[in-house]
Amino acid sequence: MLRVNATFLRWTGRPVEAVVGRRLVDLLTPGGRIFHETHYAPMLRMQGSVHEIAVDLRCGDGSRLSVLLNATLSRDEHGAEREVLVAVFDATERRRYERQLLRAHDEARGAEARAMTLARTLQQTLVPPVPPRVRGLTLAATYRPSGDGSQVGGDFYDVFPTGPDEQVVVLGDVSGKGVDAAVVTSLVRNTVRALAVLHHRPSSLLAELNDIVGTHETERFCTAVVLRMRREPDGAWRVVVAAGGHPPPLLLRPDEPAVEVDVHGPLVGILPDQEYGETELRLAPREVLVLYTDGVTEARRDGELFGEVRLHATLDRVGARDVPGLVAELEEEVVAFQSGVTGDDIAIVAVSPTPDPDPDADLGPDPETG
Amino acid sequence: MDVLARNNVTVLGPADGQPLVFAHGFGCDQSMWRHVAPAFADRYRVVTFDFVGGGGSDPAAYDPDKYATLDGYRADLLDVVRALDLRDVVLVGHSVAAMVGAMATIAEPDRFASMVMVGPSPRYVDDENYIGGFGREDIDELLTSLSSNYLGWSAAMAPAIVGNPDRPELGHELTEAFCRMDPEVARRFAEATFLSDNRDDLPRVPVPTLVLQCRDDIIAPMEVGEYVAEQLPDSTFVVLEATGHCPQLSAPVLTAEAIGTWLDGRAAA
Repeated sequence: MLRVNATFLRWTGRPVEAVVGRRLVDLLTPGGRIFHETHYAPMLRMQGSVHEIAVDLRCGDGSRLSVLLNATLSRDEHGAEREVLVAVFDATERRRYERQLLRAHDEARGAEARAMTLARTLQQTLVPPVPPRVRGLTLAATYRPSGDGSQVGGDFYDVFPTGPDEQVVVLGDVSGKGVDAAVVTSLVRNTVRALAVLHHRPSSLLAELNDIVGTHETERFCTAVVLRMRREPDGAWRVVVAAGGHPPPLLLRPDEPAVEVDVHGPLVGILPDQEYGETELRLAPREVLVLYTDGVTEARRDGELFGEVRLHATLDRVGARDVPGLVAELEEEVVAFQSGVTGDDIAIVAVSPTPDPDPDADLGPDPETG
Repeated sequence: MDVLARNNVTVLGPADGQPLVFAHGFGCDQSMWRHVAPAFADRYRVVTFDFVGGGGSDPAAYDPDKYATLDGYRADLLDVVRALDLRDVVLVGHSVAAMVGAMATIAEPDRFASMVMVGPSPRYVDDENYIGGFGREDIDELLTSLSSNYLGWSAAMAPAIVGNPDRPELGHELTEAFCRMDPEVARRFAEATFLSDNRDDLPRVPVPTLVLQCRDDIIAPMEVGEYVAEQLPDSTFVVLEATGHCPQLSAPVLTAEAIGTWLDGRAAA
């Protein structure tokens, strides 16, 4: 340093002889020295100037002063370096504020990560961890949260036994997203399990579910489709279907285009004392019943919907032979349609009687209840 | 993967010349070599490049796990050498790139003829019976000062690069500014650099090596340069009459002369 002003001496608390003749880098803290050598000095030489370099100066009394440095390098007519003019700004307040910002930034990131974990954990309680294994029935299911998975979605499904060779399958969508939607989803899923014991008919199950959701303190409502399935001696399943405000299931038979099951009913949880219709069908081996939420048909790309035409086309293309492949392919198509970023959550369940089930096969415990 | 685009590789000089590859250190990019590299382009095939994360490299290629240690940077260097299918390479590495280069020559000895280390240090943090020049707390302070120095950049530039793939000129604008780096990238590179320990690599360097030491280098002090030269199996130690850690900028003519003299001497021998 060739010359310094009185302010610099006052700020650093150093006598002039402790400054003039020494290098600026000698007054920096070790971390600042590394930054000086790896950034400040190279940039100054390459650009002729640097702006707002943040370093700490070591003061005479051992304390530190946070400063910002602006510097310009002047050269003589041969291009040789002549001198560096450095303007020093006291940055104590600014640095304190920056540290607060950085801390807030780090905390925000941590909170985001925790919220994400919470959402995922909560979500995992709303669908079975793996599709249950059922004797004589091939079952495939998928649930995919919307976007980055940071929010709990409203889609759910469940499969549970109500007797030997009798199963209930339910799939639905609670309005909205987030924690209060998840509360209703949890209520609906558990209520359906309880009601399935009291109500043999899916239509009366939905009617009571409607009253329970309707009297719950939240404003949420839901859509749902309920199957009660009983296995017959020949390996086919007798299926009774009821639906409330939900897209009807699709029935896929070998070498035939998919058709909608004709079943309709009002939304669940809006108006009291509703009645729900019911349809009965026989599902033979190699026939598939596909249940899905509107995350499939209402997937958007530039304002265009995935729609029922694409849904039918996908099912018809993959066909009834490969049930897990059918679910995986449909999910993949819907996600690809949205370029990988899903706007809504997606739930898909497909069931199909397994041809010639071995009555003695040991399926092991049910993965959720057993 | 196009390595030449990913690492912003520049090639000068005759195609049949012996390859002379310049690798930059922490804090800057290949522009560090702009006063030295061209001096060799009359007789060498001169290659400069940016490590991923710095200069004009492809931001999309940055992988935080890969570049958490110097191994990621060694992979970059070897990728460039392989992409151009270089053999008989003279490698010039500045600062941390001297150690990255040492690792590369050990990994693929057949590709390299010799090496020049400019301001090398195999370990920055003091250890038992070893003076690196810094304490662990000094490195933590550096990491903090990086956050502070990159704060303005972080807010203003990062979204422009990340969020505007359809506006490549924003990325280009960035390459016009020297020594710019995403703060997270800079922080990881600083950690990889200043917490590394390559002392065990030095005796394994399979090629003759010139160690260029500056007077008055606080990043890589004289004793550290001497240690490096001692530990290398075949080394020449030259002290440059230059101050600071970047003689290629503070004394480019001297630096180029020292490298040229050593290479000419080896060619004549």
